[in-house]
Amino acid sequence: MSTISVKRSPEILRIGNGAGYWGDNLDAPRRLAEVGRLDYLTLEYLAELTLSILAHLRSRDLEAGFVGDVPTVVESLIPALKSQAELKIVTNGGGMNPTACVRAVAKVLEAAGLGAVPIAAVAGDDLLPRLRDLQAAGETLENFDTGEPMTAEILGRLASANAYLGATGIVEALQRGARVVVTGRVADASLTVGPAVHEFGWTWNDWQRLAAASVAGHLIECGAQATGGMYSGWSSALSLDNLGYPLVEMSADGRFTLTKPTGTGGAVTFDTVSEQLVYEIRDPAHYLTPDVDADFSQVSLTETGPDRVLVQHARGNPAPPQLKVSMAYRDGYMAAGTLVVYGPDATVRARTCGDLILSRLRQAGIELARTKIECLGSGMVVPDAWHVPPGQPAQLGGSASTVTEVVLRVSAHDPSKAKLERFLREFAPLAGAGTPGVTGYTGPRPSPYPVFAYWPTTISRQHVQPTVEVHTASEWLKSSADGSVHA
Amino acid sequence: MNGWIRLGEVAHARSGDKGNHANIGVIAFTAAGYEYLQSALTAEMVAQHFAAWRPRGVDRFLLPGIQAMNFVLYDILAGGASRSLRTDTQGKVLAPSLLSLWLPEPPELAIMRK
Repeated sequence: MSTISVKRSPEILRIGNGAGYWGDNLDAPRRLAEVGRLDYLTLEYLAELTLSILAHLRSRDLEAGFVGDVPTVVESLIPALKSQAELKIVTNGGGMNPTACVRAVAKVLEAAGLGAVPIAAVAGDDLLPRLRDLQAAGETLENFDTGEPMTAEILGRLASANAYLGATGIVEALQRGARVVVTGRVADASLTVGPAVHEFGWTWNDWQRLAAASVAGHLIECGAQATGGMYSGWSSALSLDNLGYPLVEMSADGRFTLTKPTGTGGAVTFDTVSEQLVYEIRDPAHYLTPDVDADFSQVSLTETGPDRVLVQHARGNPAPPQLKVSMAYRDGYMAAGTLVVYGPDATVRARTCGDLILSRLRQAGIELARTKIECLGSGMVVPDAWHVPPGQPAQLGGSASTVTEVVLRVSAHDPSKAKLERFLREFAPLAGAGTPGVTGYTGPRPSPYPVFAYWPTTISRQHVQPTVEVHTASEWLKSSADGSVHA
Repeated sequence: MNGWIRLGEVAHARSGDKGNHANIGVIAFTAAGYEYLQSALTAEMVAQHFAAWRPRGVDRFLLPGIQAMNFVLYDILAGGASRSLRTDTQGKVLAPSLLSLWLPEPPELAIMRK
């Protein structure tokens, strides 16, 4: 671990993102912080359904419900925090329980002699306890994807309901001196917008700059997807081993250069960055965040050096009056099992084995609500309707009839966990009571897991105010010990 | 294959999910390719390519700043990340699949390649 001695430029803010989702590479944040000369390290952990899983964990344990990677990663960052006085961390890994996450982080910091570090918990996104009041205030909570109205039945099964907070809570936390900011459901891009607003002193109606920082946040929020991960033009020359995670060098006018630490694998080029600009967006002229209605359609990317891309021409319009809310309701259980089937007619054999699993279950009196049989390797992951050019005779190469090994995957969804456990017992018998060529059945039997169905909605932003609490690591630990502050 | 090209010869792409919808961003390698794709790669063709997955509809949006187009495929994920029984719950392989789409070979192909 080398000490960073390079002086940071006051005109340029360096923000790097070391995690793109819960489960991302545990070493990436440390490696990025060690060599990135960062002012801010962001860690983005929340996908659409992560909060419902975290809510499920919290329902079993009041001190759970946050992303467990956070204290582990903070522990790995201790040397960087000690050697780089300017380094701050902003993460939404607090999930459903930011204060419990803060206490876990505080414990790690105090044990390392960093008990004086101020840590903020930013919350206010959890609407589950307030839904009746919000309905009484006129919020209909209808599903904005399907138009379905909220029902008492769905309401009774809700596991989580979280508004997307913008950057305001993060800015307040930073203004109050926090060095580590742990939030609940803050929008991914806002993790970058917050530090930029705080450092540059932008106002909350500076739509052009808020849009520019939102583009920066959008580009780095998925970690290595901006630096060569997932890139369509992959080749072995891309050196994904030691893949560098992204950072932006931002100016006060909002223009920024996306780059990665020198000496790392991957690539930052027009191609790798443009693919991430279009990742998981709808109308590029209206990328909506709680901070701004950002227009990506005119954004330009210019390669200015090796692994350096200048990003400019984002435009912004006033933030939408409605905030997005991610809700999830309990919807039974799912389970899936796999077998490998080999032979000259592997696809037919695999299909037969899949049918056997379901027919034997029916003989046992068990009908499952939804099932699916996939013969992976025979072209079923995605339909390949255009295998040959229009008007050409079908080729044999790659068609299902010539595939000699297939992964059979059978999956099911049902309200009953017990029925799914019984379903999973039907895979092993195929080893001896199925077609020839069945293998791949060793290892532990999978288990059914709970399903949380997604219900996106919107509410008026007037109903949502972030709450910000800032204490030193040592103070957070005291407050939990006497139970008076965070009971 | 005289007369036909794969989309991947003139563009690259990335796909992902938003609930039960998916999007595929297609970025042309060159300005000429972007111009060609605006007429050659329509929302209807993308819907037809994925007809077996029965999208409810497909919209196409343009990003002239990077010579790209974004296709949004509604209700194509059979329940999405939370409920889909498919292996590819989040539509990650839609982009590589679309890059295999056959298109009529444009006369100016040489200046559309990377």
